[in-house]
Amino acid sequence: MIEAENVHFSYPNGIEAVKGVSLTVQDGEFVAIMGQNGAGKTTLVKHFNGLLKPTSGVVRVDGVETTKTTVASLARNVGFVFQNPDHQLFSETVEEEIAFALKNFGFERDVMQKRVDWALKLLGLEKYRKTSPFLLSGGERKRVALASVLAWDPKILILDEPTIGQDHEQKEKLRQFIIQMQTQKRTIIIVTHDVEFVAECNPRVVLMKEGKIIADGEGKNILTSAETLTDASIVLPQVAQVFQQLSNSTLPKNIIDIYEAKVLLCKALECKRR
Amino acid sequence: MSVFDGLKFRKVHSPVHDLDPRVKFIFVLSVFVIAILFDRLLPLIALFLVQVPFVVVARVRKEWARSLRGASFLAALIFLSNFLFAWWGANFKATPLMVESAVTLTLRFVVLVQSFSVFFLTTSPDHLGLALEQTRVPYEFAFAFTTAVRFVPVLAEEAQTIMDAQKARGLELEKGSVLKRIRNYVPVLIPLIVSAIRRSLELAEAMESRAWGATKKRTNLYVLELRKGDAVLLAFTIGLIVVSVYVRLYVQAPTVTQLLGL
Amino acid sequence: MPLVETKNLTYTYVGAVSPSIKNINIEVEKGEFVLVTGPSGCGKTTLCRCFNGLIPHFYQGTLNGEITVAGLKPTEQPTYDMAKHVGLVFQNPENQLFALSIEKDVAFGLENLGYPRAEIRRRIDWAMKLTGIYELREKSPHEVSGGQQQRVAIASVLAMQPEILVLDEPTSFLDPLSAERIFEVIRSLNKTLGLTVILVEHRLDLTAKYADRMILMDEGEVKLQGSPREVLSREEARLIGVGIPKATLLYQMLSKEGVKLDGPIPLSSDELATQLKEALERV
Repeated sequence: MIEAENVHFSYPNGIEAVKGVSLTVQDGEFVAIMGQNGAGKTTLVKHFNGLLKPTSGVVRVDGVETTKTTVASLARNVGFVFQNPDHQLFSETVEEEIAFALKNFGFERDVMQKRVDWALKLLGLEKYRKTSPFLLSGGERKRVALASVLAWDPKILILDEPTIGQDHEQKEKLRQFIIQMQTQKRTIIIVTHDVEFVAECNPRVVLMKEGKIIADGEGKNILTSAETLTDASIVLPQVAQVFQQLSNSTLPKNIIDIYEAKVLLCKALECKRR
Repeated sequence: MSVFDGLKFRKVHSPVHDLDPRVKFIFVLSVFVIAILFDRLLPLIALFLVQVPFVVVARVRKEWARSLRGASFLAALIFLSNFLFAWWGANFKATPLMVESAVTLTLRFVVLVQSFSVFFLTTSPDHLGLALEQTRVPYEFAFAFTTAVRFVPVLAEEAQTIMDAQKARGLELEKGSVLKRIRNYVPVLIPLIVSAIRRSLELAEAMESRAWGATKKRTNLYVLELRKGDAVLLAFTIGLIVVSVYVRLYVQAPTVTQLLGL
Repeated sequence: MPLVETKNLTYTYVGAVSPSIKNINIEVEKGEFVLVTGPSGCGKTTLCRCFNGLIPHFYQGTLNGEITVAGLKPTEQPTYDMAKHVGLVFQNPENQLFALSIEKDVAFGLENLGYPRAEIRRRIDWAMKLTGIYELREKSPHEVSGGQQQRVAIASVLAMQPEILVLDEPTSFLDPLSAERIFEVIRSLNKTLGLTVILVEHRLDLTAKYADRMILMDEGEVKLQGSPREVLSREEARLIGVGIPKATLLYQMLSKEGVKLDGPIPLSSDELATQLKEALERV
C-alpha cells in the first residue's frame, strides 16, 4: 500500500513540482496518473520508490516512511519502469540485463536462473536470451526493460509513459499484459497522457494539474467530464467526444468503452438484427 | 566545485557583458602575459586591483569571490611549496624576502585564475561561439563548441535519469570499496555513452537535412561589431601593456620587504 | 508531373539481411496532404529518408529503383541541394535543435546556404510567425516545451521555403493536446501556403481527417493507398493493425448491426456525432 500525505516537493532550483498531494493506493489497485507535461506526475511517482524524498509531508510504502529507508530496499517491492529503455540497457546479453537487479538484490544463483527464465518467457523474449539488447528494435528493448523489472517480482509496478512511441499492436499487447498483471494481484500505477489507452483500460484515474490532484475517481467518470479534462489540458477520448455531442438524447454521457457505446447506440437506434 | 562556479556564465546586463568577447579576450590574455612578466609583489598587486572595477561593474562579485575561494587550495599549495623549498635551501633560515617571494608567485597564480574567471563570467556561450565563428576559426570548431554547450544541461539531466533508473533496479552507488564503486558506474556510463552516440547521429541527420555543407561561404544571422566600449577597453589594454613593459624594463620596483624596512 | 514519384524503390541498410522497403510505387501531387502509416518497422521512416537524399548519401546501403522529388534525383543530388526543396522534421524535438537561441536555430539552414543577413532575418521572422513561436525567438531550445521545440524544427525547415514538408512521427514524444496543435500548424501550412505535406503518423484519430490521401505500409511494402475513408474502411487495414480512429470503428460496428447512417465513413468524432444525431432524430 502506498500512502502520500500532504506531500510537497521542490527541486533544488526552487521550482515546486508537487504542491500538497494526498493519495492512497491500495494493494491490487490499477491507477492511471494523468495530466499535462509538467503537471508533476513523474515527480510524484518518483516518491514511491524513494528516488525523491518530500520537501514536506510523508510518503509511506507498506507502512514504512520513505525517508527512513533506502531506494534499494524500497525497490524490492516497488518496480519502476522508466519511459526510455535505453536509459537502463547496458549489458552484453538480454539474459544479463534481466539478471542485473537480481544480482543487486542478492538473489541466490538458482533462484536467479528461474526468475530470468520466467521473465523471458512472460515477455516472449526467449529467442533473444543471448542477444545484445542494443541490437533489438525499439519495441523489443522496451520489453527487455520491462522484463528486467518484473524479474524480481515486485508487488507494485510503476510504468512511466509506457505507450510513447508504441504502435497500435504494441499498445494492445501492453494493455493485455497489464490485465494479466492485475490478475496476479499486483498493484499497477501508470503515468500517462494517452487518454485512448486509459479509456480502453478503465482504471482509477488521478488527474493532476500544476502539482495538485484535481480529480480522483473512476476512469469512466473522470474521462467523460469535459470541464475537468479541459482544466487539466487533456483531450477527451474519442468515444466520449461522440457522446458529449449527443447532448439532447437520453443516452448517458459517461461512456468511454467502444463496445458499451455500440450496445447503447444499437438500442437507441433500434437496429434490425440480421 | 566552487572553482567551476567561477567559470559559469551569469546572465546579467552590464557594460562588461556587452563588450566584444574578442576584445575581452585580448585584455585577459594581456593580463596573463603581464603577470608572467613581473616577479615583484607590488606590480602584481596593482595588476590584481586593476581587475576589481571590472568585477564590480559586471555585478559578478559573489561568483568571482567563489572562484577565488576555489583556487585557494592550490594557492596555498603553491605558497607552501615555494616557501618550504626556499627555506630548506637556505638551511632552514626564514627571511621576509622568502615569504614575499612565495606570496608573489601565489598572487601571480591567483591573478591568472581570476582574470579568466572574469572573462567566462561575463561572456555568454553564444557570444563566445559567435566570436569563434567570426575569427578565423573553422566553422566546424565553433559549431562543435556551441553545440556542446547547448547539450550540457541535456546530458546532465539524462545522467540523472539514468542514475535514477539504475537505482530503481537496486544499484547502490555509494556502497562498497573504491573499486566496487567505480564498477558500479558502468551501468550509468554505458547508457549515457550509447545515448550520446545516438543523439549525435540524430543531430547529424538534422544538420544534413538543413543544408549543412552547402557552401564554404557561410553567412551569419548575428554579427559582432566593435563599439565605443570595445575601443576604450582596447586602448586601455594597449596602455596597460606599454606601461607594464616600461616599468619592467626601466623601473626597479621595490620589494615590500624593503618598503617595510625588514 | 507529380512532385514526388517512386518506381519500384527498394532499399537495404548496410549489413541488413533483407530490404527495409520493397518495390515502393507512389506518387504525390503538388499541394497534397499525404498520410503514411503502418506498424513499427514497416519502412515508413526509411521511406522518409529517401525523399531528401539521406538515403543513400548518409546511410549508404543499396538503393534500387527510381525516385524523383521536385524534378530532382535525390540519388544524384547532394543532400544540401535537396534541402532547398524537401524539409524533413524528425521525431525527437530535442535532437534537431543545436543553437543557443531559437531564432539562430531557425536561421541555421539559411546560414548554411549562404543567404545574406537581411534575407535571413526576413525569412525567419516569417517562418516563426507562421508557426506561432515568434515570441520565443530569444529563448534557448532547452527552455521551451517539446511541442514548442517541434514548432521550432518546423520553422527552421520552413525558412528554407521547400516545396515539400516531410514529417516523421513528429508528435511521438508529445501529449495529445500539443500534438493537435502541431497538426493544426501543418494543416494550415498545407492549406494557406500550398505546401505539399507527407506526414508519417500512428495517431490516425488526430490526422486522418486532414489528409487527402493515405498510404498504408506493412513489412516494407505499400499495402493500401487511397483516400483515408477508402483505406480505413478496408478489412485489411484492421488486420494489419493500425490505430483506426474509434469513431470509424464504431461506425463499422454499427453498420454490421444493420444501422444505416447518412454519410461516408467518419474519420472524426464530430462526423460520427452528426450522423448519429440525424439517425436518432429519425427514430
